[in-house]
Amino acid sequence: MTLAEAMPPTGAVTAPDIVLRVEGLCVSARTEAGLKPLVQDLSFDLRKGETLAIAGESGSGKSITSLAIMGLLPQPAVRVTGGSIRFGGQDLTRLSEPALRAVRGDRIAMIFQEPMTSLNPVMTVGAQLAEAIRAHETVGRAEARRRAVEALRAVRLSEPERRMTQYPHELSGGMRQRVMIAMALALRPEVLIADEPTTALDVTVQREVLDLLRDLQRDLGTAIILITHDMGVVAEMADRVIVMRQGRQVETAATADLFVRPQADYTRALLAAVPRMGQGAPRPPVTSEPIARLSDVIVRYPLRGGLLGRVTQNVHAVEHVSFDIRKGETFALVGESGCGKSTIAKALVGLTPHQGRIEIAGQAMEGLDKAGLKAMRRRVQMVFQDPMAALNPRMRVGELIAEPLLIHGIGDAAQRRDRAADLMTRVGLETAQLDRYPHEFSGGQRQRICIARALALQPDLIIADESVSALDVSVQARVLELLKALQADFGISYLFISHDMAVVDNISDRVAVMYLGQIVEMGTHHQVFGNPQHPYTRRLIDAVPVPDPAHRRKPSPRLSAETPSPLHLPGREPPRVVLKDIGGGHLVGDLAQAEDRNTIARL
Amino acid sequence: MAAYLIRRLIQAALILLGVSFVTFLLLYVLPADPVRQIAGRSATAETVENIRQQLGLDKPFFVQYARYLGALLQGDMGRSYLQKTEVAELILSRLPATLLLMLGAIICELILGLTMGIVAALWRGRALDQTLMVTSFVNVSAPQFVVSLLLLYVFAVKLGWFPIGGYGTFAHLVLPAVTLGILGSGWYSRMMRSSMIDVLRADYIRTARAKGLTRARIVLRHALPNAILPVIAMIGIDIGIFMGGIVVVESVFGWPGIGQLAWQAIQRVDIPIIMGVTLVSACAIVLGNLLADLIAPLIDPRIKLR
Repeated sequence: MTLAEAMPPTGAVTAPDIVLRVEGLCVSARTEAGLKPLVQDLSFDLRKGETLAIAGESGSGKSITSLAIMGLLPQPAVRVTGGSIRFGGQDLTRLSEPALRAVRGDRIAMIFQEPMTSLNPVMTVGAQLAEAIRAHETVGRAEARRRAVEALRAVRLSEPERRMTQYPHELSGGMRQRVMIAMALALRPEVLIADEPTTALDVTVQREVLDLLRDLQRDLGTAIILITHDMGVVAEMADRVIVMRQGRQVETAATADLFVRPQADYTRALLAAVPRMGQGAPRPPVTSEPIARLSDVIVRYPLRGGLLGRVTQNVHAVEHVSFDIRKGETFALVGESGCGKSTIAKALVGLTPHQGRIEIAGQAMEGLDKAGLKAMRRRVQMVFQDPMAALNPRMRVGELIAEPLLIHGIGDAAQRRDRAADLMTRVGLETAQLDRYPHEFSGGQRQRICIARALALQPDLIIADESVSALDVSVQARVLELLKALQADFGISYLFISHDMAVVDNISDRVAVMYLGQIVEMGTHHQVFGNPQHPYTRRLIDAVPVPDPAHRRKPSPRLSAETPSPLHLPGREPPRVVLKDIGGGHLVGDLAQAEDRNTIARL
Repeated sequence: MAAYLIRRLIQAALILLGVSFVTFLLLYVLPADPVRQIAGRSATAETVENIRQQLGLDKPFFVQYARYLGALLQGDMGRSYLQKTEVAELILSRLPATLLLMLGAIICELILGLTMGIVAALWRGRALDQTLMVTSFVNVSAPQFVVSLLLLYVFAVKLGWFPIGGYGTFAHLVLPAVTLGILGSGWYSRMMRSSMIDVLRADYIRTARAKGLTRARIVLRHALPNAILPVIAMIGIDIGIFMGGIVVVESVFGWPGIGQLAWQAIQRVDIPIIMGVTLVSACAIVLGNLLADLIAPLIDPRIKLR
């Protein structure tokens, strides 16, 4: 059976085409205070071959809905308390576990957010694929294997035969997500539920996975329920959208209508909060003195092996990076995971040894003694991605914010508490909350606490390492506003590290694009995003999903590329990217060499 | 791999050297005098001095230790002070019995412990789980001499199913192995339970469920291999704990292993035997850990031996 025979080609969407009908669905969690509704009175139809997006922020009930359809709710704590899910003449909410098992994977399949943890680490890719096939069809091992290889080929994974014998940890995140898709689609399900399928992936990889999903849907006619918080992904993928908030359906419309004429206030607010490329107003260049200056900074980690623990390879995390951050400026580092942007942050606060020269406020970091380093650390503070992990759960918020003062021996207890109270109000929280614990706050509030803590020592520079990436868009927008306001008040500089191009475009004065440990392009946000010169920068910007359904994307080549590795044998160095000024301080990496390296990357 | 093994064996040799030094030192500073034990109460001071000189026990500590080590490197573990037999010979004749007991006990505690742990994890929070965890707590806390005497009384004396003590048939093995196994099962069941609960929460278990696999297959094929990894590391450490238990259990059941040998030697301050048994036990612990580390990558491909 070929892919095309599995399903008739999709034509006009009419009522008999409905494959899944959800009616008045209610899901509740059992808590100490009684039943807490997670999804309330949700109804929708899913038609053959269409993509229905369920969009919403955290806590909206979108993932719970998908788990309810799959019968994977964490029972008995969470269960369906009303309504029905009709699929193929049966009500999924009433099916027995064995009957549900026959549907799961075979007729309704699911892919999840975290490709890194969604595959069993101790089983080969082939075994996990073949197992899915054999769970539903009585075929022999050889036949299951053959079909597994075919499925891997269908998701455009290079060398499918070899992938079969590999373990998940040997594959990159994008490749793992392809394996998940292959596993989900191997049995040609009528419905595919994709729960944030690309949220954990880099933009270029996200682009490839989205393209793949769309291609497969066209070939197989699968109906897709796409669960996402990313309105860009919604605009590019979905035919229809359901916007959910706090367990309720807020609005449902065809994608094109929703973006042009949102009806509900919440939808309007949500769309307004979505960061978009090219929205950042041109800002006057910051011409003040540099607060931080990096010259030719190199960070390499040796990998050891063999009997004597000799260095077998070096990880070239950061190679010959030079830039400076001026006073009151927001300097952004963008690039995909593993490009070295966070390593630069670590080097700047002295958490990793480096070669080259780092100056903070005119003072070189190299050769400082312990006391000197401690004094220097006062000037540079960090705000991390996951505020829950960055705040000690056993400490009160007041103590957390005052702790930097305690460490540096500033003030007495009463003064420190006053300062903490000041900072709380400054970041938009109540002083009455000083004695609460981190878990009593929401994600956005926790990040405000982290920002307050970073401000405690009145630093010159705050490094924001993916500080808004884990936040919902509306919360993200407010935190970004706060960062801007603090900059205006205190003249702080930011080193803003992010993989989110649209956010960077909106907040930064200058931008550096990193690839494999080196800067390939640098300039004002206007120069880099308005007139990208380096092919990697262009690829990165092109890959960003645009939250506008009318936007037509140029057909991009379908790639199954793996990122080249920053590992090199001792004594070997990666080719060095030489930056040239093409006017107005817009620095671009050597193009001839870049083309060369990108083609190598694609092989 | 070869490089890894060589490095581990060098480490093992250093560990054994350290163990031999510390044990030798402890026995040297011990207030009990081995010569008095050999010579008996009525011996004259002259006889005592003679024996002391014969055994070289009048020499300074480092000379004694260097002599012992020199002989040891040539494979000579010395002779028992009292029995006059070669220590190596004594240990070799008793080692099979101890290894057999150890194997029986490991099988026993794994079967008991892993089953209890898995069942408790699958029925987490219910009455069955709570019962099993109370049982495991009792198993861990009950002193071995109490457990062994209890088992002896019920199964050997009252019911007569098993012999009271001795060595030779499978029936002889059951009670001592179960005694050791009960203690171990307490540790293993708790460890297996928490490891299993962690694994059952993992994303790949959700994936397995989404594939429509049966519960049995999810538990046995997906959860168990992942959950058992920390337990394997535990087996390596466990051999050390065993050695302590074996001294008690072998004495109670009259099991002719090295635990019993050690017990007798300690009472008579028979230094060469104590040294020999200690080194053999240390060897077993080191090898057990090495074995556990070698097995782990067979289950988890992410573990690389370097």
